[in-house]
Order: sequence, then C-alpha cells, then structure tokens
Amino acid sequence: MPMSPRKRAQAFRGAQYGILVLALAAVAFFANWEKLGDAFFNLDAMSTQFPGIITTALVNTIIYTALGFALGLAIGLVLALMKLSSVGPYRWIATVYIEFFRGVPALLVFIALGFGVPLAFQLQFDTYSTAAIALGLVGSAYIAETLRAGIQAVPKGQVEAARSLGMSQSRATFTVVIPQAFRIILPPLTNELILLTKDSSLIYLLGLLGSEYELAKFGREGMNATNSMSPILLAGLCYLIITVPLGYLSRYLERRAGRQRDEGLEVTA
Amino acid sequence: MSAGTDDAIVEISGLHKAFGKLEVLKGIDVRVRRGEVVCIIGPSGSGKSTLLRCVNLLEEPNSGTVLVNGYELTDPDVDIDRARRSIGMVFQGFNLFGHLSVLDNLTVAQRKVLGRDAAESERIARENLEKVGLAEKAKSMPDQLSGGQQQRVAIARALSMQPAVMLFDEPTSALDPELVGDVLGVMRQLADEGMTMLVVTHEMQFAREVADTVLFMDGGVVVEAGPPSKVIGEPSEERTKTFLSRVLNPVHATETG
Repeated sequence: MPMSPRKRAQAFRGAQYGILVLALAAVAFFANWEKLGDAFFNLDAMSTQFPGIITTALVNTIIYTALGFALGLAIGLVLALMKLSSVGPYRWIATVYIEFFRGVPALLVFIALGFGVPLAFQLQFDTYSTAAIALGLVGSAYIAETLRAGIQAVPKGQVEAARSLGMSQSRATFTVVIPQAFRIILPPLTNELILLTKDSSLIYLLGLLGSEYELAKFGREGMNATNSMSPILLAGLCYLIITVPLGYLSRYLERRAGRQRDEGLEVTA
Repeated sequence: MSAGTDDAIVEISGLHKAFGKLEVLKGIDVRVRRGEVVCIIGPSGSGKSTLLRCVNLLEEPNSGTVLVNGYELTDPDVDIDRARRSIGMVFQGFNLFGHLSVLDNLTVAQRKVLGRDAAESERIARENLEKVGLAEKAKSMPDQLSGGQQQRVAIARALSMQPAVMLFDEPTSALDPELVGDVLGVMRQLADEGMTMLVVTHEMQFAREVADTVLFMDGGVVVEAGPPSKVIGEPSEERTKTFLSRVLNPVHATETG
C-alpha cells in the first residue's frame, strides 16, 4: 500500500533523527573521553588563565575589532560613494581596491602592514594603530559592497524629493539616502562585525607585547605555559561572548526591519 | 484664479526631450502666468510627466529653454539648487522621507537649505500641516499614515519652502478612490489662494472646475490648449475628443474610440 505524503514525510524525518542519534552515540562510544578531557577540559590549566584572559585578552580583542570596524566603516563609506559616482576614475579605483582587499587573505595584509611598510618607509606604528589599519583595510572592502547595496536599495524617489526641495546631490545623499541605507544594511553589517572579530586573531603576526595580547594569542601562550589545549578552548569560548550577542542583535534588527516593511505595506496598500 | 496681468512665471519654449532614441517631447511651448492653474491631461506616454519634470530639471531637456521665476534652468551654469527652492514638487508616490517624522519631513529642507532656525522652521511646518488638515500627525512616521494623508504631508512639505510655483505629478493616481477627495480639496484651496500650479492629472472634474488653462498632450506635443470649457467642454481636435470619451466614459470607450 502506498504511503500518504504526510506518512512519507514522517518516516523520512524519523530516519534522519535515527541517523543523528546513531552518529552521536558512535562519537560518544568511540571517543577517548579521558584523554580528551585531559587535553581540552583541564580546569586547572583553564583557571591559570584568569583574570588575564578577560581583563587583557578579551578587552584587547574588543578594542582591536572596534577600532578596525570604525575605520572600515569610514573607508567603506567613501568606497561605496566612489563606486556609485558618475566619475569614471572614482569607480575604477574603488573597484580595484575592493576586488584586491576582498580577494587577498587577511594574513597577507597584516604581514604587509607589520613588516612591509616599516621596511619601505622607515615607519613604525604602534600595535593598536597597525591592527586598526589592517582590520580596517580588510573590513572596508566588504563593508563598501554592503553599503553600496544599501544605498542602491533606497528608492530613487527619495533623492528626487530631496533634490526638488533644493538639496544638493551630496546633501541629499547624507541627509536622506545614507540614514535609510543604514537601516536596510544593519543586519549584514553586524555580520561583518562578527567576521572582523575573528579576523582580529591575526594580529599576533605583528608581534605583540604581553599587554597587547588578544584572545587567540593569549590562548596559545597559555597552551605553551600549561602544556594543555585547554587555554585555547577557553579563548575560543570567549569569542562566543562577543559574537553570540552580536548574532542575536543582527537577528533582532532583521526582524525589526522586516516588521517595519510589513507594517509600511499594510498601511499604503 | 488668473492674475489678470501677463507676467509669465514659467516660460517653456522649443522644448525637446528624448530617452535614447525615444522622442518624448517634440517641441513644447508653454507660458504660465503668476497665479495661473494649468492642468496637463493626455494619454499615458504622451510626455506630460516628462514635461512637468523638465520644469524643475529632474529631467534634462535635449534642447529648448525653460525659464522659471527668473532662472533659466536650461543654462548649464544655473544654480539649480537655488532655482529649485522656488519650485515645489509633489510626486505620484509621495516620496516622504521614511526615516523622519512628519514634522522633520517638513523642517529638514527649511533648516538645511534655507538656513532657518529650529523654532521658525517648526512654526512654518505646523502652519502648513494645519493647512492640509493634519496638525495632529506632526509626530507620526510616514508609514503610519494612509496614502491620502502622506500625499497631504508631501504637499505641506513642499509649501513649507514657500515656493512660487507648485508642480503636481499625478498626485492622486496612487490613491484609493475614497482618499482622492481630501488631496484634491487641499489642491483646490491652494488654487483659490492664488498659488501658481502645474498639475498633471487624470481627474477631469478637477481640471474642469479648478484649472484656468488645460493642455491636452499627445505624442510629445501640445495638441490643444485653452480654458477647460473649451478643451474639455468642446474639444476641437479629434485626438482630444477620443481621449476624453475614453476617460469620461470608460465602459463605452470602444464605441467612440
């Protein structure tokens, strides 16, 4: 007798759950929990990491990321406007920049800034500036594309209304278009911030003083000191302290934006 | 109401506009006197919206001249932002600034373009909201208003700049039928107060009752112009008659069209 579509869907889902349970059971059964626990969940090794992992490493990660994001936002805005410009060379320069920094590994940018620039120009920035510039350069390429999409999503009538009230093109862009673009792109922009938080782990390439350690570097130093993997696991968990709330924020903003759109449609339709 | 004298505030001559190969305006000459209400009617694609958008240079003409309130908009060196201060524009889709409250929609350009201070711009904004009957909506956001209310806010926003001419681009075409009356009422009141108005519209009754002059456009030219009693009442051109019978009597359009 053929099964009804509903029965078939139920049976299919049942099979999926079964496979999941089997896989978990296999992992639980075959993994060497004793050794694993010793290496990764050694509470003694973890406890040696406090309070530095919070007061130094977590704080530094947040500072590096915030500085990089602020700079990335500023450069990204300029790039987005250049990319939408009617002036050809502006568009070309922005395109080349975005393609380059979006395409090369962040690692390379850090090495170039940390070692290439000092060699070339006899310039030595402090760690915080270098980190901010490197993260800003990497982030700006993504942020520029997100911003450009947001600006283009603002209806053309908004600019026409602003222009016909006597605003210049740039005044209309900054008073009317960009504030509305930001509302549209807040959720994807939060994602850029999360990605940048993780990219900040590459700052170790610059060579850091103890007081400049961010989470990843702090965790690895802890690994060496305690002869255990546990500190790096702890550092990983600390990233979640930053990224999980940001993820919630992003989803909240998305829901709010969606609700505003729906309400808007309801009234005008 | 016509001002009686012949001081033109809008002078359009020899206006041509093409989008790529498509010629939309093929030589338009129009004079609008101060205080005159001109309704532009015609089938869709006739170029009437394009003509209106040339009067504040939202569309750039290919040739011809457009003079508004002493500014020659077609001069490449014109200060277009300054010229537009005296030209109010109302769009079919309202185009209120979605991130600003009703009050801020009315004050933002007063402050940033005219340099008025916060108190004065708010006073003028509230006066104009009062005029369109929406004084109590000052703190609302645009998406909390009905289409008719949004359009009246858009009219108040344009009036807050104290323009010399108002342009209306099919202001009621996006509205539910029962909301059209409120907007037309505000426009009629404006006309009675002596505002110079250019109105692209399909509302024949409004054109008949409020306009001093009706322009009938078709195929990128002005086919017929004159007082509504002539152009709508007793059209002399065949194209005008065909269009009017379709608009005024859509159910039986095939018999006459």
